[in-house]
Order: sequence, then C-alpha cells, then structure tokens
Amino acid sequence: MYTQALDSHGREPVPAEEAAAAAARFQARIDAEEKIEPKDWMPEAYRQTLIRQISQHAHSEIVGMLPEGNWITRAPTLRRKAVLIAKVQDEGGHGMYLYSAAETLGIERAQMFTQLLSGAAKYSSIFNYPTLTWADVGAIGWLVDGAAIMNQIPICRCSYGPYARAMVRICKEESFHQRQGFEIMLTLARGSAAQRAMAQDALDRWWWPSIMMFGPPDADSRHSAQSMRWKIKRFSNDELRQKFIDVTVPQAQFLELAIPDPLLRWDEALQHFAIGPIDWNEFQAVLKGNGPCNRERLEARRAAYEAGAWVREAAAAHAARQAARGAEVSAA
Amino acid sequence: MSAETTATDWPLFEVFIRSRSGLEHKHVGSVHAADARMAIEHARDVYTRRQEGVSIWVARSADIVASDPAEADALFEPARDKVYRHPTFYAIPDEVKNL
Ligand SMILES: [Fe+2]
Ligand SMILES: [Fe+2]
Repeated sequence: MYTQALDSHGREPVPAEEAAAAAARFQARIDAEEKIEPKDWMPEAYRQTLIRQISQHAHSEIVGMLPEGNWITRAPTLRRKAVLIAKVQDEGGHGMYLYSAAETLGIERAQMFTQLLSGAAKYSSIFNYPTLTWADVGAIGWLVDGAAIMNQIPICRCSYGPYARAMVRICKEESFHQRQGFEIMLTLARGSAAQRAMAQDALDRWWWPSIMMFGPPDADSRHSAQSMRWKIKRFSNDELRQKFIDVTVPQAQFLELAIPDPLLRWDEALQHFAIGPIDWNEFQAVLKGNGPCNRERLEARRAAYEAGAWVREAAAAHAARQAARGAEVSAA
Repeated sequence: MSAETTATDWPLFEVFIRSRSGLEHKHVGSVHAADARMAIEHARDVYTRRQEGVSIWVARSADIVASDPAEADALFEPARDKVYRHPTFYAIPDEVKNL
C-alpha cells in the first residue's frame, strides 16, 4: 500500500549533520528492538539491503517450486501426490508473502519479476540441482526445508515489520514440509535394498549443497556485519550452519544412512559435529549461473510467464469491460 | 527474453481476514489482481490455505489513507496527559467494595 507514497523518498537533499542524527535515531530504535514500518524513516542502505534480501528470498521460493514440481505427476501414491502438491503450493504462497513485503519498500512486483526473468536477480543456489529420483523429494523436504527453517526462524525477529510478519507465516508452514520429507526418507530407508540405496544416493547428492545454503563462511561474508547491526540478521552463516549440522547428523543416524563426509566426527571438546572442507568453488560456480540446472530453471520461469500472457490480458480486458459497464449502469 | 516480460502490474489490493466468527478483520498482506473479485480469489489462495479465515475484505491500496509517522507525536500527544481517563487514576479507600 506504500509503493506510490514512497516515490519521493530520499530525493530531497538533507544536510550532513541532520542525516547523521537521523541515522543515530534510527539505530537507537533498532537497538531498543522497535520494529521499523514501511512509512518510517530509514537509511537508504537499509531499504536497499532489505529489497535485495527479500526479493532474492521471494525468487528462491518461486524457483524452488520447480525441482519438486518435477515429481508431482510421478508421486508413488495418491497421498504422496496430494502432499507434494500442497507443499509446492505453499512455496508459491511464500513467494507471494515475500513479494508483498518487498513492495512495501517501494519496489514494484513487475520490476522484481523482470529482474528474475532477465537473470539479473539471484536466488538460492540449491534450486539449481536436479531431482533425479523420488528419494530426492524426501531429501529436499528433510534437508533443504530443514536448512531453510534454520535460516528463517531468526528472521521472524527481523527489525523490519512486514518481513518479520511474512516470516512468521512462512515458518508456521515449513514444519510440515520438513516432516513429510523425513517421512519419505524413513519409508525408503526401511524399505527394500533398492529403496535404501535410492535414499542413500539422494543424501549423497543433497548433503553438501544443503550445507552451502547457509552462504559463504563468516570471514568472506560481505553484508553480514551491517545486517547484524540492523538486526536483519541475528546469527552468522557459520553459526546457523553448525546448528543445522548438529541437529541433522543424529537424524541421518536414525535413518541408518551415511553422511557423505569421511571427516565428519563428534568434537567432544566443542560439543559439536565437525565436518570436512566445503567445496566453495562449486558454490561460486552455481551462484555464477553454472550449476547443473541454472539455465533450465530460468527457461521454465520465462516459459510460464509467456504462456500465461493471454490469461493476464484476458483478465485485464474483462476487468476493463466490467468497470465500463458499471459506469454505464450508475450513469443511467 | 521477449519484450512482453517487461511487465506491468495489476492494481494492488490490501487483504484483511476475519480468522473466526466474532473476531475483527485483520490486515495480513496484499495481492495484485485485475479486479476486486479476482483479488478475493487470490487472497483466498495466498492467505487461507489452512482455514485461516471465514471472511475476506480487500481494498485497493491506492484508496487507503494512512497517518504520517512523522506526525505521530502531534497526532497522539493530546491523549498523553489525560491519565484521568483511566480508572486507576482515582484513589478509593480499600474498605469500599464493588467499585
Ligand atoms: Fe518456503
Ligand atoms: Fe518449504
């Protein structure tokens, strides 16, 4: 509702000392755990950081529908199929909550779509991996949604009100995603030798990409310190990654599946699991557009957008005609 | 990418949902739609997938007039010194009951 009103933001030149005072007042509000709302004054860098983060997050939800959508027609039972459709619809809904939150900062939805479809915008690297077997649907729910939950729970306390509220809504829905994924893995792990092998293969392929979902190590993370000061972020990438590893390893042990890391061990002194080195070259390659499915994902989004053009045009024509008819009726 | 993907948006609608009968409608977010009817349908799909509502209001975002946070002090200041509007302002002896 704030899109139009914000057009003038940041246009009038402000004297330096006044700007510094405003920034200090803003930081004091953040430090006092106050929520920032759309029409409140905020530093331009805070606005831009949030636009970037929320829109990337929204794009991830939208592109994230594709790997799992790939298995809807081939789900093994009607129950699994209904569940998978519901999960994919939720991800679409998450994208909508987030686009809606981003728009309160003054960017239009059409602009965000254009950024996604042109390849200018980033989205989570994980969705550029293929779903080769049914077990991948289980591994995604368990690991990818599991990692997403770890990342998202602290954002429920983000300083920006609309983002925090969208995250509360999303987090309520994520738990089912993870549980249905684990249930698939459990069923396969307790099934035939071929099913166990399929589950193990999925874990082998999804483990490291899931670990990379938390982003680059703290030492190389460009935006982290300022985001922490602004309380957009509450924990560092490495802290969240460690939490995820610590809760997930015992779950894999329960499934009696092997984590594909020969260096994985329990560190008694630190009371954490220690892992082997992460292949950050792979992460960078996927981010740069050279993952296994980057091109395919964007092509799928563009095709969907173009195939839907006639629907959008028809709906707009219908709305215009209804409006004209309404005007005629009230004039008569 | 075709020229068609330089998109324009349908109008934005704010969405308000009554979660149970007896409660008020509460703002939950927004949707884009060609008209009000479609806005209700989109709001249903986006915000009530788990029976979160029994009634939906949508209003064009452009029609909403909001107070300016910069004027909040001036707007709400008149109520600040009127503590006598609260029952706790009045000292009543403990012996007096039912008051
Ligand atoms: Fe999601
Ligand atoms: Fe999810």
